[in-house]
Amino acid sequence: MRTNDTNYAIELKGITKTFGKVIANENVSLGIKYGEILALLGENGSGKTTLMNILSGIYYADEGSIYIDGKEAFITNPHEAIKLGIGMIHQHFRLVEVFSAMDNILMGTRGRYSKTGALKEKILEMSKKFGLEIEPDKKVYNMSVSEKQTVEIMKVLYRGARILILDEPTSVLTPQETAKLFAILRRMKDQGNAIIIITHKLHEVLTISDRVAILRKGKVVDTVRTKDTNERQLAELMVGRPVSLEINRPETTNKKTVLNVVDLSVVNQDGTRGLNNVSFKLKSGEILGVAGVAGSGQRELCETIAGLMEAKTGAILYKKENILGKSPDEIINLGISMSFVPEDRLGMGLVGSMDMVDNMLLKSYKKNKGFIIDKKPSRKLAEELVEKLGIITPGVETPVRMLSGGNVQKVLLGREIESEPNVLITAYPVRGLDINSSYVIYDLLNEQKKKNVAILFIGEDLDVLLELSDRILVLCHGEVMGIVDAKNTSKEEIGLMMAGKKMEGVDSDE
Amino acid sequence: MFVKFLSAAVFAGTPLLFGTTGEIMNEKAGHLNLGVEGMMAMGACAGFMAGFFYDSIIIALLAAFLAGMLGALIYALLTITFMANQNVTGLTLSIFGVGICNFVGEFMLLNSPSNTLKLPEHITAQISNLNIPGLSTVPVFGPLLFQYNIFVYLAALIALICGIYYNHTKTGLNVRAIGENPGAADAAGIKVTKLKYINLLVGGGICGLGGAYCSMIINGGVWMNNPVNGQGWIAVALVIFASWKPYRAIFGSFIFGAFSILKYYFPKTIISLPNAFYDMLPFIITALVLVITSIRKSKENQQPASCGVNYYREER
Amino acid sequence: MNKKSYLPFIRIVKISERSGKDTIKIRLVAFALALAAGGLFTLFLGYNPLELYGTIISGAFRSKMAFQATIRFMVPLLMSSLGVVLAFKMKFWNIGAEGQIIAGAVCASYFALFHDTWPHFLLLLVMFIAGALGGGLWGLIPAYFKSKFDTNETLFTLMLNYIALHVITYLRDGPWKDPGSSGFPKIARFAPNAQLDKVLGVHFGWIIALLLVVLVFIYLKYTKHGYEISVVGESKSTARYAGMNVKKIILRTMFISGSICGITGMIQAAGSDMTLASSVAGGVGFTAIIVSWLAYLNPFGILLVSFLFSILEKGSSVMQSTYGLSTYFASVLQGIILFFILGCEFFIRYKFVLGKKGGR
Repeated sequence: MRTNDTNYAIELKGITKTFGKVIANENVSLGIKYGEILALLGENGSGKTTLMNILSGIYYADEGSIYIDGKEAFITNPHEAIKLGIGMIHQHFRLVEVFSAMDNILMGTRGRYSKTGALKEKILEMSKKFGLEIEPDKKVYNMSVSEKQTVEIMKVLYRGARILILDEPTSVLTPQETAKLFAILRRMKDQGNAIIIITHKLHEVLTISDRVAILRKGKVVDTVRTKDTNERQLAELMVGRPVSLEINRPETTNKKTVLNVVDLSVVNQDGTRGLNNVSFKLKSGEILGVAGVAGSGQRELCETIAGLMEAKTGAILYKKENILGKSPDEIINLGISMSFVPEDRLGMGLVGSMDMVDNMLLKSYKKNKGFIIDKKPSRKLAEELVEKLGIITPGVETPVRMLSGGNVQKVLLGREIESEPNVLITAYPVRGLDINSSYVIYDLLNEQKKKNVAILFIGEDLDVLLELSDRILVLCHGEVMGIVDAKNTSKEEIGLMMAGKKMEGVDSDE
Repeated sequence: MFVKFLSAAVFAGTPLLFGTTGEIMNEKAGHLNLGVEGMMAMGACAGFMAGFFYDSIIIALLAAFLAGMLGALIYALLTITFMANQNVTGLTLSIFGVGICNFVGEFMLLNSPSNTLKLPEHITAQISNLNIPGLSTVPVFGPLLFQYNIFVYLAALIALICGIYYNHTKTGLNVRAIGENPGAADAAGIKVTKLKYINLLVGGGICGLGGAYCSMIINGGVWMNNPVNGQGWIAVALVIFASWKPYRAIFGSFIFGAFSILKYYFPKTIISLPNAFYDMLPFIITALVLVITSIRKSKENQQPASCGVNYYREER
Repeated sequence: MNKKSYLPFIRIVKISERSGKDTIKIRLVAFALALAAGGLFTLFLGYNPLELYGTIISGAFRSKMAFQATIRFMVPLLMSSLGVVLAFKMKFWNIGAEGQIIAGAVCASYFALFHDTWPHFLLLLVMFIAGALGGGLWGLIPAYFKSKFDTNETLFTLMLNYIALHVITYLRDGPWKDPGSSGFPKIARFAPNAQLDKVLGVHFGWIIALLLVVLVFIYLKYTKHGYEISVVGESKSTARYAGMNVKKIILRTMFISGSICGITGMIQAAGSDMTLASSVAGGVGFTAIIVSWLAYLNPFGILLVSFLFSILEKGSSVMQSTYGLSTYFASVLQGIILFFILGCEFFIRYKFVLGKKGGR
């Protein structure tokens, strides 16, 4: 009855949403039917998530109307959305860490709260129906990312959602986990649910969806049937011009080991294991990619090399001298200049409320002689960067948090490159950036590589890792699963390693 | 002697228990309210004055509750709706609350003929200690369980109900979710703003009751300036000691009550310490508790994760 | 479809940040509303608010002596506000100014009471240093535990206030009790040699206070230390990333913050009270929090706000002698003003929108 072809489950008409001066969505119209999977394709910052947040009641549209089952709906808060059968699985999970899976599922629902088995039975029964694996009593902070996602899905299903929205659900999964998720989604579709999946990965769109709506700069530019399209056409629609989605990998000669990491083990502050016996060589003129499910030890690896975290055991050798435990000055005296572009740009690499000038100071203020800071050199540097990298900002005195994601990253990476490092550590440098900005960053990294800098590149998109890196190191639970040659490996192979399969002896060392 | 000491500890711990329970209700909903001292002071003033004029315990309690709630309303409006800094708002509420309590107190003294304010007899009888024939006179158990005033039982009852609320009801679960992660709670369909307001206001009311105890009981029914005198601050610290659990707050309050009356019961013949040392003791112990709890950190038994952070749904 | 949803509802919308002019306008309106609210309160008690406010202003300025008294009120408030602002910039919630003032006063008083035969300026210098050290060390205690174990500094500094207060009562009732006072325990009056000299009719603390305004301003805005303080305040992990020694910065800043409060205590004891009284801090440490917040942590703003507040303090003491109204009126009004200012910040970043059907 609900699956007939004329009636939409949801229809959006003329939705517009602005944040201050930023237009996130402009006159968006869209429809989805029951028993259908719609992919919402668009670059980072194209307004996909905003649009879906409007559907799930997190945001409220400035203009436009929403029709659910043909009737106009006013979704003023998430509670309202849930009542209308809409469930959203957010990219950044909305779970209470200290609660069990069951409490997370139950919170906000009707009915009495009891810790007895009846509710648990119901949850287990429902999870079986969709092929979800769930441990009701497990605390969320003990869960892996894919387990957390399962709880999120269960949460939505328990509330009786018939319209499911998934925001970039595969970004944290291995290729194998992704395949499993897609199987679950297909099963839900067969049971008559409407599913919207937000993504920027073209091949996933082609695998899972029935129809694709493409968003660019907040507007829907086209809606096409999946079976009538291909990757190239989608990419063109998404970016707005013909694009080659290939990343350069310049060849360099004269690769020499700069840092030799030996049996490095790190314990986190809360006592959990961060890294376990990690060994690898970082070479000049090379990009060493690091792959792994989120939280596999990437942060610990970067911060330990950068000297921000203490290692329990092991060494990082530079010409047979251990640099662990040495002060930054001592390390520089040895002849290494290290730059680190952390994952958390505004929370670690930069100070969001400060302007570009003061942010340049972060790296150089110590070199100031005397007690009073001379800001002239950093002002000059800031102005140079704006010019050289084409940073779009009202001025070098604007707080950096007001800049767009791509420009923030340019400020950070620009400052780090400016110190002419010979080791460059970058963690998720293109996260949240649109395609244009991403390519600017890739080019900057390749430029450094050609200057014989040794680059450690922590990535999440396997396609990018495979194209950009020379070698790929795969982490799982803080251990190295293997180091593979990027030209002679496949996504599937890396996926298996990310899930814990060891590959010995693939590393093409000297 | 020891029984007397324990029963005195319960008396001294009662205002702390009100304050602690009230603050737990704030923090569970994600709001670190440093205004407990102020809300207690407002309750102290309103409770005493209502009792003075209407000579009824019911009206006095109601007035104290409402006054505490009024203080909480200022705080809630500023921090929930206007998203103001919780620390500063709470501190200001404390300064404001104590100020208005003393201001009104002095105003009333000025307008009273004898320059003193004493609660009338009827209400004094109502708030005097219980005397249940047969029970209150049982040795040891009588004084320990059946010889308190109505406030003591009320405080324990409220703490117990509060414990059941957070551990065994769906609403309690929802409030805990808000305190931990309001974004998650909101997305799960919990009405964040409404529940925050309810919890903060009721918590404030409970603090107000604690204030009324200070002004009506401690000084024997005579108005003295600054009736709360720092107990609200100890209550805020006690929340940490009780690790955000209302049941533990009961014991914590009575233990702290014991410290505050130690100077009257500690045998001076063994060690003679200056009185000032005993007066310092609750504050020193509180400081020690703060240090100890910060040294041994566990994943559970922690402050609600979002405590102190305001929530705006459309934050990007 | 829920019928309720058709009703209009109020929602909060973020706006692009307002211009400086609009911001000032909003804050002035809030200030005026706060005065109106305070006036309403007195009206409710049966007084004419205009008359009361008039009394306060004229009370602070009516004579040279009155104005000097106003300045005497201002000095400790201004200085301790400058002290706490250093900590606040670092987002270290030092609400222990009260205790640090006392600690400074106690240490300085030791020399005033027991070494009053030393040469006048040497004695004052020693008292000055003792006050700074006393306050600084008292501020160092919570900073140590904060940097080492992340102990909650808000409550810790608060507890230290009460502990410091009881240290004074201990000294007053015991070792430092004035043998000359019969019955009522108090500490002896400082010898004239241990009292601050007067400049233009007020003890020279006001010169130190004004000097501090400039020094703190430069320290925060133009020095390496000041830069470190603001980075640590914004994000500890950024500070770590930049190679800053966060622990050292916290300890150093709290020592300076406490020192300034300690000097305040010394000046208050030797310039105003001429003895060590348990009321040496007298709530100034708390008011300082309101002052520095109202001044948006700007040292020159602090100068302005503490001047306004001391008018209020002095004026309300005149109000007490004229109308018998308690001086607590000052703290009530200060509270109301900050409530309104805190609330008005909202309107600089957000606005309320009446959502109609479908938001159109």
